[in-house]
Amino acid sequence: MAKFIQSLINGLNLGSVYALTALGYTMVYGIIRMINFAHGDFIMVGGFTLFYTIPVMRAMGLPLWFSVFAAIAVCVVVGVLTEQIAYKPVRGQGSTTALITALGMSLILENGALVVFGSAPRNVSPMFDLPTLKFGPVSTPGTTILTLVIGIVVMILLMVFIKNTKLGAAMRAVPEDKIASTLVGVNVNHIITATFAIGSGLAAVASMMYTTSYVSIKNEMGITLGLKAFVAAVLGGIGSIPGAMLGGLMLGIIEIMVKVYMLPGAYEAVTYLILIIVLLVKPSGLMGKNISEKV
Amino acid sequence: MPAKMKKNYLICIIGVVIGYLLLSLVFDTGILGTRSAYFNGLAVIGMFYTIVVCSLNLLTGYMGEFSLGHAGFMSIGAYASAIVTTLIGQKVELSGIVIYLIAILVGGIAAGIIGFLVGIPALRLSGDYLCIVTVAVAEIVRVVLSNVGIPAITGAATFGKSFSGIAKVSDYHYVYITMVVCIFIMYCYIRSRYGRALIAIREDRIAAESSGINVTRTKVLTFTISAFFAGVGGAVYAHYITTLVPTYFNFSKSSEFLAIVILGGSGSMTGSIVASPILAALPQMISYVVPAFASYRMLIYAVILVIVMIFKPSGLFGTREFSLPKLLERISGSRKKADAR
Amino acid sequence: MKKEEVPVLETKNLGISFGGLKAVNDVNMQIYPGELIGLIGPNGAGKTTIFNLITGIYKPTEGSYFLCGKRMNGLSTHQVVAEGIARTFQNIRLFKKMSVLDNVRVAFNKNMKTTLAGSILRTPFFWKEEEETTKKAMELLRLFHLEGFANENAENLPYGKQRLLEIARALATDMKILLLDEPAAGMNPVETAELKDSIRMLREEFKIPILLIEHDMSLVMSICERIYVLNFGEILASGTPEEIASNKDVIEAYLGKEDELEGGETSAEG
Repeated sequence: MAKFIQSLINGLNLGSVYALTALGYTMVYGIIRMINFAHGDFIMVGGFTLFYTIPVMRAMGLPLWFSVFAAIAVCVVVGVLTEQIAYKPVRGQGSTTALITALGMSLILENGALVVFGSAPRNVSPMFDLPTLKFGPVSTPGTTILTLVIGIVVMILLMVFIKNTKLGAAMRAVPEDKIASTLVGVNVNHIITATFAIGSGLAAVASMMYTTSYVSIKNEMGITLGLKAFVAAVLGGIGSIPGAMLGGLMLGIIEIMVKVYMLPGAYEAVTYLILIIVLLVKPSGLMGKNISEKV
Repeated sequence: MPAKMKKNYLICIIGVVIGYLLLSLVFDTGILGTRSAYFNGLAVIGMFYTIVVCSLNLLTGYMGEFSLGHAGFMSIGAYASAIVTTLIGQKVELSGIVIYLIAILVGGIAAGIIGFLVGIPALRLSGDYLCIVTVAVAEIVRVVLSNVGIPAITGAATFGKSFSGIAKVSDYHYVYITMVVCIFIMYCYIRSRYGRALIAIREDRIAAESSGINVTRTKVLTFTISAFFAGVGGAVYAHYITTLVPTYFNFSKSSEFLAIVILGGSGSMTGSIVASPILAALPQMISYVVPAFASYRMLIYAVILVIVMIFKPSGLFGTREFSLPKLLERISGSRKKADAR
Repeated sequence: MKKEEVPVLETKNLGISFGGLKAVNDVNMQIYPGELIGLIGPNGAGKTTIFNLITGIYKPTEGSYFLCGKRMNGLSTHQVVAEGIARTFQNIRLFKKMSVLDNVRVAFNKNMKTTLAGSILRTPFFWKEEEETTKKAMELLRLFHLEGFANENAENLPYGKQRLLEIARALATDMKILLLDEPAAGMNPVETAELKDSIRMLREEFKIPILLIEHDMSLVMSICERIYVLNFGEILASGTPEEIASNKDVIEAYLGKEDELEGGETSAEG
């Protein structure tokens, strides 16, 4: 039982990383119908920012977790630049071009990091110094609980933002109908940029959670994380914000459970198998809407 | 066969033979000296890339669907062929050409079967969804290959993830012929009623169905053929490199194949044939001369990809095809004009 | 009407609901050999939906339909075409990046016999069949005066010619009945006149029945033998053009309330 609860906590933790990342995918896909393959690499960018800024914070005598803000800033800049430089010019060129451009940007970030940081894995020093928490037989690192709480709080804040602000309303409106949104005075370009900024910021928070639990970062880490998060987004129903959260958390729990109770080596295969089954049975995902072609 | 076609085919055959002779001239005469083996290897790499990239172009350019999992089909071909040839090799002594033929057939058929099995359910999807399913399939294949002790199947002494000791039979003579045959088959497929139906589906699925085309069957057939040739490419690779590691066939490899298709021109076999050897071998050659280049290779590649997408999304050749007979016609045509003057 | 004959196309209580909303309801139509039937009705009446039902794009939720007495429910689109129902589309659906000739050759596909192996090995049969298909396709193009454009990409054709090419493509499927969905939409008067000639020519050459959706009333009234009027997914009236033109319900459906009736007839006719 203790093992189960511990796995559940770990699963929720990993799931929150996926969920935060999946949000970026789902919001971008909702607006411009493009799989932003580079999104996973934003986490890698965030990870390296943490790696380099934590010692700086230490030297300056500031709290180490201040580096999260640096990561958010860097990720937002990278995200918005990616959108402005590469994605904006190919908008309206069709889905093929968008897909390949996104793939290209992912390769640029991944291999740019290879050139700048090298291929050796780095260990990010811990940001928080918390004792291990014990609940009866269950013991878990305090940082895991803390980051989990942060992740969930960020998601709730996002929900509140989307529901209750003008920008949030516009972000909900644009995926519904681009032309109509323009007609009621929404600047679609600004909304797309804002979406990228928020998505990248979330990726930075995800990188904080990831590095706290898994420590090691590498230039290639974005691909796998990104693919998994994308799976989560599809699982929940691509374009659906609550769907991305649900999909992410589910995926995290499933992966940890498979790892602990079934085949340790096969958890990734299980993830992708779930994706295939979901796509074949209900392509719109758990919470997505069906779209059909007009004849 | 119409007379004009006969002439065109003859011209193409002559072109292919000249290519073969050129290749032999470079490698068999040993004018490259000690570097011969290295360039020999590059040629083989360029050629198996061409096979795989053309097979992917069949999907991307003519069917209008993306596969980001072609490395997965390639790996199935590589492993299946390697297992079979290794097992056979333990029982009987066969000549290189026989082993090679067995390898490419087994590789192609194994990948084709998996492609067929994946295609039946998956091709109900299209666009981004299908693309992501191919990623998922390739990842599953990779994870399975990493976890199942493939080397143990062949009773090899080496355990673990790498599968070594595969017969090195991918001689560039054979590979060249394989490549030409593969391209020819794919070309014939496109230029037949099957290919016409396929392109019609790409252009407008509903109109194609309303013109009596069985869309699902055409798509599954094409997907199977594409997987088959990816498997052939994998078999060639396995019997050239002799040691297989599952991580070679990862998402990046699949992206690389897709990038080459797009850069060459999606829907142009010529584009794939020109772009594959250049993009597969040239970077390796540069890093051979300038070792520091190795880490920049994929970066430069990706930057070019994005720039091409922004400024010329149709790639190098668009959907145009190079035709040797037409070129000759144009040359002789302009000469005739000159003579007339 | 020749009641003793088996209708080429017959619908019995045909209907479909989308999420509880009845888009088409209880439609009964019969089309006999050689007839040219008009299907008219206000926008959103469900005309194209009927076409989509008959061609297997939508599956009927009620009733059934028959081709020469054979029940067709549940067949997929390509099977419906194989049985002999061909159609065109309201918003032209050509294979834009294919040549005009190939647009037609594609539609011959279902009756071609060359196997996959034959295509790859380039057998003599392959060449023979390709040649025959090309010849047949060119003949069809000639009927619509499109032979000069055979090697152009379909997207480069003028609008009116694109409509004609779509009809030529439909004919290549070797059908028993042809469904035309607003062939005159967006055409100028010259092109419409050309279309009218083409439809006449079709009837003489192929002797097949045609079901025509059209908004251009003068065209429908002048060439159709019978007309079905659809309103809110149901058949409102049917009969000869004269009967339809003087039908009170029809005029009302097109113009609304009784007090606006004055201009009714002119609108129904042109």
